Amino acid sequence: MMNTSINFLLAGVGGQGTILASDVLVNVGLAAGFQAKQAEVHGMSQRGGSVTSHVRWGQVVYSPLIGAGEADVLLAFEKLEGLRSLNFMRPGALVLINMQVIEPLTAISGDQVYPTDESLHAAFSRLTSDLEFINGEQIAASLGNLKVANVVLLGALSALLEHSQRAGAALTPALWLKVISERVPAKHIELNRQAFQAGREALSKK
Amino acid sequence: MIKMLSGNEAVARGMWEAGVVVASAYPGTPSTEILENYALFPNVYAEWATNEKVAVDVAIGAAYAGRRAMAIMKHVGLNVAADSFMYASMTGMEAGLVIVTADDPAMHSSQNEQDNRTFAKFARVPCLEPSDSQEAKDMVRLAFDLSERFDTPVLLRLTTRICHSTSAVELGERIAPVTEIKPFPRNPAKYVMVPGNAIKRHPLIEQRIRDIAVFAETFPVNRLEPGRHSLGILTCGVSYQYAKEVFPDASILRLGMSWPLPEKSLRAFAQSMDRLIVIEELDPFIEEAVRLMGIPVEGKSIFPITGEFDPRLVRESAIQAGLLPSSAHVPLPGLETGPLPSRPPVLCPGCPHRPAFYILNKLKVPVNGDIGCYTLALTPPLSAIHTCGCMGAGIGVAHGAAKAGSPDHHVAVIGDSTFFHTGIPALVNVVYNNSPVTTIILDNRITGMTGHQDNPGTGRTLLGQETVRIELEPLVRALGVKHVQSVPGYEVKTIEKVLKEYVKLKEPAVLIVVEPCALLPEARKRWVPLEVLADKCNGCTLCFRIGCPAILKSDELDEKTQRPKALIDASMCTGCEVCAEICPRDAIPFRPVRVEAGE
Repeated sequence: MMNTSINFLLAGVGGQGTILASDVLVNVGLAAGFQAKQAEVHGMSQRGGSVTSHVRWGQVVYSPLIGAGEADVLLAFEKLEGLRSLNFMRPGALVLINMQVIEPLTAISGDQVYPTDESLHAAFSRLTSDLEFINGEQIAASLGNLKVANVVLLGALSALLEHSQRAGAALTPALWLKVISERVPAKHIELNRQAFQAGREALSKK
Repeated sequence: MIKMLSGNEAVARGMWEAGVVVASAYPGTPSTEILENYALFPNVYAEWATNEKVAVDVAIGAAYAGRRAMAIMKHVGLNVAADSFMYASMTGMEAGLVIVTADDPAMHSSQNEQDNRTFAKFARVPCLEPSDSQEAKDMVRLAFDLSERFDTPVLLRLTTRICHSTSAVELGERIAPVTEIKPFPRNPAKYVMVPGNAIKRHPLIEQRIRDIAVFAETFPVNRLEPGRHSLGILTCGVSYQYAKEVFPDASILRLGMSWPLPEKSLRAFAQSMDRLIVIEELDPFIEEAVRLMGIPVEGKSIFPITGEFDPRLVRESAIQAGLLPSSAHVPLPGLETGPLPSRPPVLCPGCPHRPAFYILNKLKVPVNGDIGCYTLALTPPLSAIHTCGCMGAGIGVAHGAAKAGSPDHHVAVIGDSTFFHTGIPALVNVVYNNSPVTTIILDNRITGMTGHQDNPGTGRTLLGQETVRIELEPLVRALGVKHVQSVPGYEVKTIEKVLKEYVKLKEPAVLIVVEPCALLPEARKRWVPLEVLADKCNGCTLCFRIGCPAILKSDELDEKTQRPKALIDASMCTGCEVCAEICPRDAIPFRPVRVEAGE
C-alpha cells in the first residue's frame, strides 16, 4: 500500500554528490505523482563541511524542512554523517548507510575520535531493524568512475523502497532512470544506468 | 509546463517573464544563483557589480532610463547599498525597480541574521515575501507592476529556506520588454535630491506608502484562508508553510506583502478570532505593527526571535504556549551516539591561501580578516584570523588598532574580490593617514566562497565576454604604497621572508599572494598527488599543522616517537607541495617536474 507521505534525509560531506542525489529524488517524487519539495543546506559546506538535504513526498507537502523525529528514510553517504543524523529519524525508519569514511580535520589533526563501526551498528540497531549497508565507492570503482557512487546509492534506495512498499507502483526503475538521464551529461547516461543497476543488485545479492 | 525550481531559479525565471532588461548583483549566499540563472536567458543584460551599492545604482540608472531593472544581494549587502536604496525611494523611477534581499535566518553562511523587512519600513518601500518557488517567480512580476503603479522601488525579501528549497513551478510567458527607449529624463525636481527638491519629495513618499497600504487590502498576495475561529494566525514567507503543517484547522491570514500592512483586513480578521498569533522568523515585525494598531496579539512570547523555524520548533513552541495539546508532541529517538567529531568547513586541499596563514600563525601577529574562503583559517590548526566582521572591514580595523597603539604589528588579510568590493577605500585610508599596517591580498583570481564568480580581476564578465583585467600590483602602487610585492601562493619560504620584513616596517605595506583557486578547471588539470615516504617520516606532526584535509594520520607509528606517521590521501591531494616544502626530513618528495605557480 502507498503511504501518504515519505520524508527523506540525505546526509553526507560536501563534494559527495548529495545535491544531485536529492535533485533526482525530488524529481522522481514529482514524476511518481507526489507533491514534492526539497531543501538543501550548502554554501559553507562546499568546503568539506557536513551537507544535509531534506526531500519530502506526499499528497500535500507544506514545509520544505522535515521536523526532527519525523524522517522516514535516511540515505547516509558517509558513516559519521549517518550517525550524526540518528536522532533526527523516526523509530523504525528505513536506513541505508554508505560505508565511506571521510575523516574530518578535527579527527586528523585534532583530538576528536572517529566512531567505530561497532558503535554505528549498535546505535542504528536500536533505532530500526530496517537497516542496510552498502559500499558505494567500491561498486563505483568497479564501474571505473568513483563519481557515480551517489547513483549507486540511489539504485540501492530504489530497491529498498520497493521492497519495503513505502512508495507506490508508479515508482519503477524506468522512472528513476529517466529522471537520472535528464540530469547527467549525455555521454555519462550509460555509466549512470549501470551504476543505478549495480546499486539495485548490491542489496538483493545478500 | 511544470518544472522543479529552487527559489533562486524561480526568481530568475520570474525576472525573465517580467521583462527585466538589466540586472546587477554582487555574489552572496544565499542569493548568488539568482543572477547566474537569469544570465542564461536570451537577450538579457546581467553583470557582477563590484559591490551591492554599485549594483543598486546600476539598477536605478536602468530604471531611470525606462527599463525594468533589478539588483540582487544577500541581506548584509543591503547595508552596503542602503544609501542608494534610500534615495531611490525618494526619487522613484521611470520603469520598475525591484531589489532582492536574501536574508539568512540561522546564519548558514553569514555574520548576522538581520531582518531586512525593517529596511522596507525605514525607506517607505513595500516588501513582498514569497512562501515557495511558485510565488517567488510570480511575485517578481507582481513586484514590478506594483513598482510602476506607485512609482516606488519594491523590496522582494527571500530567506535561505526559500532560496535553497525546490518545489514545483508552473512556468508563464514573457511579457515583451520595453523596446522603445525614450531620452533620459531631465527632471531635476524628481531626480536631483538637493534639499530644495528633497523637501518636496518627502511628503509624496509618505503619502505613497499610505496609498499602498490601502491597495494592500485587496492585493491578492494577502490571502485569507478561513478555518476555526479559536485561533487566528498571521504569517508570511516560509513560516506560512510551517503554520499550515502544524495548524491545519486554524484560520490564516497570509501576508504576502509584509509592508505596508492592510489594517482594515487585519482588524476584521482579529475581531473574529478568540486568540491571534503571529508566526514569523526573526524580528517581531508584523507583531509590533499589529500591536501598534491596538490589536492584542502574541508572537515572540511563543516563538523564538533567533534562528530559523521548522515544523518541530513551531509545534513544540505551540504546545508550550497551550495552543496544542501535549499529545501533539513528537518524541525523538534519544539514542546515545557518544561524542561525534565535528566537521566544520575547512580550506580545501591545495588551497593557495594556506601558506600565508601557516606563516601568520608562526609569526603570532594579530590578523584582521575579511569575508571569503580565507575566513576559514580561523579554525585550528591554522588559527590565524582574529577579527572578521563584514566585507572590507579588516584593513580599517587593523589601521584603527594600530592608531590606538596596539603593541603588535597588525596584518589585514583580504581576498581579491573583497578588495575590489570595499577594500580599496580602506587601503587608501591606511596610506593617507599612514599606519604601519601590512595588508595581504590573497589573489586567487576568482570569487571563491560563493562558487567561482568572475570579478574585475578575472578578465571575464558574467556574460562570458573578455574584458580589461584589473591588475592589483599597479593599482596598489598607484595608491601610494611603497612596499609592494607579488609572490606566488605556494612559495612558503618567500612569503615568510617578505612578511618577516614587512612586520618590522613603520609604513604601510602590501603583499599580494597570487595563485588561482585550486578548484578552478585549469588548476585541476595540474593536480598530481604526492606521497609520504614512510621510512623517512618520523611522525613529527609538522605537516598536520597546515590543516590540509588530504594529510591523514597513518596507522603506522614511528618506533622512537610512538606518534602516527603522515599519510596522503591521493584522491584529495592536488600536489601543491606546501607540505613538501615544510617537511624537515624530506619525507614528502616534490613532484618530478615542478609546475610553475601563477599563470
